[in-house]
Amino acid sequence: MEEKRHTSSHYERELSAVKQGLLFIGALTEKAIEQAMASLLERDTALARRVIAEDDRIDALDMEVEEKCIRLLALRQPAARDLRFITTAIKINGHLERIGDMAVNIAQKAIFLNDEPQLKPYIDLPRMAEMTRGMIQNSLDALVREDIPLADEVRRVESTVDCLNDQIFRELLTFMMEDPRTIHRALLIMQISKNLERIADHAKGIADMVIYMVSGQSVRHQYPHTDDGNR
Amino acid sequence: MAKREDRIIIRAENVNFYYGAFRALTDVTMDFETNRVTALIGPSGCGKSTLLRLLNRMNDLIDGTRVEGRILFEGRNIYDPEVDPVEVRRRIGMVFQKPNPFPKSIFNNIIFGPRLSGVSGKGDLEALVEQSLRQAVLWDEVKDILGQSAMMLSGGQQQRLCIARALAMKPDILLMDEPTSALDPISTAKIEELIEELKKTYTIIIVTHNMQQAARVSDFTGFFYLGRMIEFNVTEKIFTKPDVKQTEDYITGRFG
Repeated sequence: MEEKRHTSSHYERELSAVKQGLLFIGALTEKAIEQAMASLLERDTALARRVIAEDDRIDALDMEVEEKCIRLLALRQPAARDLRFITTAIKINGHLERIGDMAVNIAQKAIFLNDEPQLKPYIDLPRMAEMTRGMIQNSLDALVREDIPLADEVRRVESTVDCLNDQIFRELLTFMMEDPRTIHRALLIMQISKNLERIADHAKGIADMVIYMVSGQSVRHQYPHTDDGNR
Repeated sequence: MAKREDRIIIRAENVNFYYGAFRALTDVTMDFETNRVTALIGPSGCGKSTLLRLLNRMNDLIDGTRVEGRILFEGRNIYDPEVDPVEVRRRIGMVFQKPNPFPKSIFNNIIFGPRLSGVSGKGDLEALVEQSLRQAVLWDEVKDILGQSAMMLSGGQQQRLCIARALAMKPDILLMDEPTSALDPISTAKIEELIEELKKTYTIIIVTHNMQQAARVSDFTGFFYLGRMIEFNVTEKIFTKPDVKQTEDYITGRFG
């Protein structure tokens, strides 16, 4: 549906700047995840250090978007769809900032792992990383297009990521039981997996907020039904 | 709590209103709950003030106007020929946009109406003045200057005096037509605070152009556009997730 524009074009621009800010941070977090994973898979410690350094930029943008939102609340007294958008933006911003932190955590673990022989070929981790990146992208697309079905899709993928995390955990447990010398590396990989699972949670959080923004209904703490009964 | 149906004190039913050939209200049906604040919002010319004035027959005073439909106050149509409009206005008081005290003393402003309707006796009148001024949260500011002219009060005080004057008639409903649009923010805040208090005793219907004011003070909000009631809803719903897109466009400033 074609949206009417505000009578105040300044207001319109300020709201649009918040949305652009979120999309930009979103793009940076996707890149951070991609590079953190590449630093692990390609054993590239220099790249890992860059990911850690670049997080400052995400943090600075997080502050900037939050300030814009608070300013809008104070000066424009937004109502209805604008109010829902701004409160949603504040929460999405927080989720994205945390996703950036998770990418840093992954890069830090990669630095340790790169100093030691590789425990096993990485198969499920890259799949998880791809899924979580897709979730972030889709949740932000859903925000832009106000697309509830797409946000629902993100919510469903989250449970698949959970399953992968459980699977990695079980697999690494067998490594550790067989050979205690693998414990250190296995734990680091588990933490990476856990970080990816947390990223998926945050992406689901973004999707939840998009649904609230569009429909006014809060779906947080409700889990979508999946075919296999998992949540 | 009783059903909403049982708490309706006044109802507009299929109301059409004409200024000559111009139709200012089209098929408005709306219920007002007792001891609640209902706000009427909408752009200029949408019919909200017209509806407000219909509720105590103020529009009778304008030539060439015509009402269709019914305004049921406690179940009785106030436009029935045998109903006395003066009695209607006694039960349904009104406060206007600009404070309009009489050029008389503060005391005489309050007792003007009650005296006309037969209240006499110095003690009774004094008690009424104090009670009304206290209800309008003006007593402490004027109790020592009751004999002085109301015209020397500040705008905010004058408006509270007008509210006290309306309350002195012991109405059931208080209609307020943009009661703070001529006031500074502090006086506005005082009137809004007062509305919170008054709704314990009275039913309040307020027309306001200040949407934040509607959001702050009212329990229910009706949005009007081009003489029609577009949406009536709980105020919180109107300002977070209205049901009608037109309402949302208006309150977010996407109109015109």
